[in-house]
Amino acid sequence: MTEISFREPEKETMTHDEIFAKVRSTLVDALNVDDNEVSPTSRLKGDLNAESIDFLDIVFRLERQFGLTIPREDLFPESIFQGDPKFVAGGKITPDGLVELQSKMPYADLTEFRKDPRLDKMEDLFTVDLIVNYLQSRVGGK
Amino acid sequence: MRWTWIDRFVAFEPRKSAVAVKNLSLAEDHFADHFPGFPVMPAPLILEGLAQTGGILVGHANNFEKNVVLAKMTNAKFHRETTPGEQLTYTTTLLQINDTGAQVVGTVHVGGELVAEAEIMFAHINPAQLPAGMPDAKFVFSGELAYLLKMAEATANAAGKPS
Repeated sequence: MTEISFREPEKETMTHDEIFAKVRSTLVDALNVDDNEVSPTSRLKGDLNAESIDFLDIVFRLERQFGLTIPREDLFPESIFQGDPKFVAGGKITPDGLVELQSKMPYADLTEFRKDPRLDKMEDLFTVDLIVNYLQSRVGGK
Repeated sequence: MRWTWIDRFVAFEPRKSAVAVKNLSLAEDHFADHFPGFPVMPAPLILEGLAQTGGILVGHANNFEKNVVLAKMTNAKFHRETTPGEQLTYTTTLLQINDTGAQVVGTVHVGGELVAEAEIMFAHINPAQLPAGMPDAKFVFSGELAYLLKMAEATANAAGKPS
């Protein structure tokens, strides 16, 4: 008989810094980068050279690190717009599209992106901060 | 060319772990060129055997309904060369599996000695992701692998853990 089964689930109240440190070590392992290459604003593709298969790897590792189940679309939604002309026109995200994007990716910081919302720049939204903010919502205090 | 780099399963616990062995024979073609006068198993082929052991473990978890393809390896280490006459024991443990793929951790031993290790990630490929014109939607677990699969089943059943 183990006592683990009766233990209260841990009340996780990780701080933003603690979450970042864990995310950084996860990315160091998954992407074979150095500690000092990973900053909150690092873009997974543009700066850390992540490829599509790495996103799956990152999700697996985060799940183990944080003891969570992370639906892939929670963190890295794949095809948000499906080419819907209401959301994308002339290679840019429409105002309606931006609303949709914010609802699908509530943890992304769209401030910069709004200035020039080009579809081909969307991958820049996948940053270290996006992951940290998402995890903060799952395991952070308030 | 034959592309089965394990000889048989010696233990199989569905959704948990699989252990297979591979006997190295000087009759294998690769030893002739790798290297003349100094036959050692090419490290990528060691990893292939490890990936086949883990891949079958992953495939079994979904009754071989999903195509399981090798997607990524990390932390591969080779501690020494392996030579004809030795038997490699591939041990793979399932870390995680979901709809999109799986991760396993694997070791390769000769006797009690660790000779190689790696973390392996597999992706589940569904028919929609295949190039147009692929004749058979299930292309991984077919042919010679089918024989190994039967052995894996038999090993699992013999251990009293029917799948």
